[in-house]
Amino acid sequence: MSQADPSGLGRARAVGFVLPGLVLIGIFLIFPALWTIYLGLTDYRLTGLAAANPQVVGLDNYTTALGDDRFRNSLWLTVQYVLGSAVVGQAALGFAIAWMLRNRPGPVKRVTEGLVLLAWILPSSVVAFLWIALLDRDEGTLNALLHTPGFAWLLDYPMSSIIVFNIWRGTAFSMMLYGAALENVPPSHLETARLAGASTFQQLRDVVFPRIKGHVLTNLLLISLWTFNDFTSFQLTAGGPEGRSEILPVYIYNVALSGGQLGFGAAISFLVLLINLVFAFIYLRLLRGRRKVVVP
Amino acid sequence: MTRHALATIGRATFFAVVLGFFSLPLLWLASAPFDAHPSITTSLPEFTFGNFRSLLDNPYVMSSLRNSLLQAAGSAALVVVLAALAAYALSRVRVPGRDALLYVLLLLSSVVTGTAAMVPLFELATRLNLIDTHLGVILTLSGGLLPAAIFILKDFMDGTPTSYEESARVFGASPLQILRHIVIPLVRPGLATIAVWAVANVWGSFLQPFILLRDPDKSPGAVILYTLYTEGGAPRLDLISTFSLLYSLPVVVMYVFVSRRYGFRFHGGIKR
Repeated sequence: MSQADPSGLGRARAVGFVLPGLVLIGIFLIFPALWTIYLGLTDYRLTGLAAANPQVVGLDNYTTALGDDRFRNSLWLTVQYVLGSAVVGQAALGFAIAWMLRNRPGPVKRVTEGLVLLAWILPSSVVAFLWIALLDRDEGTLNALLHTPGFAWLLDYPMSSIIVFNIWRGTAFSMMLYGAALENVPPSHLETARLAGASTFQQLRDVVFPRIKGHVLTNLLLISLWTFNDFTSFQLTAGGPEGRSEILPVYIYNVALSGGQLGFGAAISFLVLLINLVFAFIYLRLLRGRRKVVVP
Repeated sequence: MTRHALATIGRATFFAVVLGFFSLPLLWLASAPFDAHPSITTSLPEFTFGNFRSLLDNPYVMSSLRNSLLQAAGSAALVVVLAALAAYALSRVRVPGRDALLYVLLLLSSVVTGTAAMVPLFELATRLNLIDTHLGVILTLSGGLLPAAIFILKDFMDGTPTSYEESARVFGASPLQILRHIVIPLVRPGLATIAVWAVANVWGSFLQPFILLRDPDKSPGAVILYTLYTEGGAPRLDLISTFSLLYSLPVVVMYVFVSRRYGFRFHGGIKR
């Protein structure tokens, strides 16, 4: 029996086994990605003249986008969203919770972890509605608690609202990842540092951080990638009011599928794809050689 | 001593704030479904199960649950079968460029998200006459889930010994028999994990069904829930809250089941 094929499958049959999966991936994942490039170079529209007979317009969509205030605004909001809710919010809160919960078995740990995880596993339509109920202008729970009746959070502070929402929604991943990472830090090292008079900040900087560097980078890359592609905020604000919370995913939907400018939307999609590629590429370089995979 | 007391107070405050922040939005989900007169404010309910009864009477809501189930089960079945076949072949037969292929697929699955591909996916479904069909949603979502599923299952298959298969082969079993009677029982935890992960993913998906389905009779619960609120004029809060709870339960139950039984955490973290 050859070492390369211990179960006697044979190369032809092996190809037959792999093929159906690859065909599906090819049609519904790889082909759309390539097609975006082409569609992004046309003036294709959902309806009208350009729907029947789309013209190749070259890089016009890209130059239009760069000169367009709405696009630049959306790009800037996306940067705020990713930095505010993922890089700062989820990562910091997730680490803080993991740090406070380390070596602390018991009900506090179970309840905290359970609640944070619940926010993460509930369907997005449900959590979006929970937050609409929380932030509602007239009868929202938050206004009732703060005695601020009639305060329209989603209208007056749409960006802050979806940033806080996404911190709530996604902190669980960082908490779990850092929780696992902190188990790699020997308690004796922390004890020694503390006896030597190191403050908490110094302990974190000199003892903890050097040991969890890899996890921090992995975490930041993944949550940035996911937050960058997150469409859930659409169900809270739909990008409004007046585009003040229109992050790129919502912008693409509003422009391409709602507004009918499919070619222009595809061009923006391609930019998103390129940015994703950068994130994912760095992540996979880190992953190489490690037997661990994290999937959304 | 003071320092110790301060640390305790600080810790208690931290946990109080964190617990408050994470439980506040959830309170409404716990109270409103059982409230005879639900408002949008969280309050102690005037206890009733009547909301569940009116939910069962609403045909719209029940058909959307059926659609969710159909799309989730269809995708999970497709993903598990195709991924198991591919992972088995890739695990047992050393084809050149195999690892590179797996990494490229994994890379693509995290890059080509629904957001980045919504225009071509919509176009593709239109041209293939898959708009407004369950099949369109199932194929689109499965295509995105398959690479990670193959990657994880191949890892599982790599971890199972080949000696059983070698002996079965000596006794004249065909490759399909070997797969059915030896390999699948061995990797059952992996298959179950992938199935649950796929179901949870599809169950919560909003964007793809939202753009691929126009007919509300075909829409899954995730989309119906959104339309109940935004397009219903005055939202039926009793229906929405009760439906939210009902729609969340399967995901939570599956999550608890998988993490208890197999020690995995899925949906954002299949860890090993």
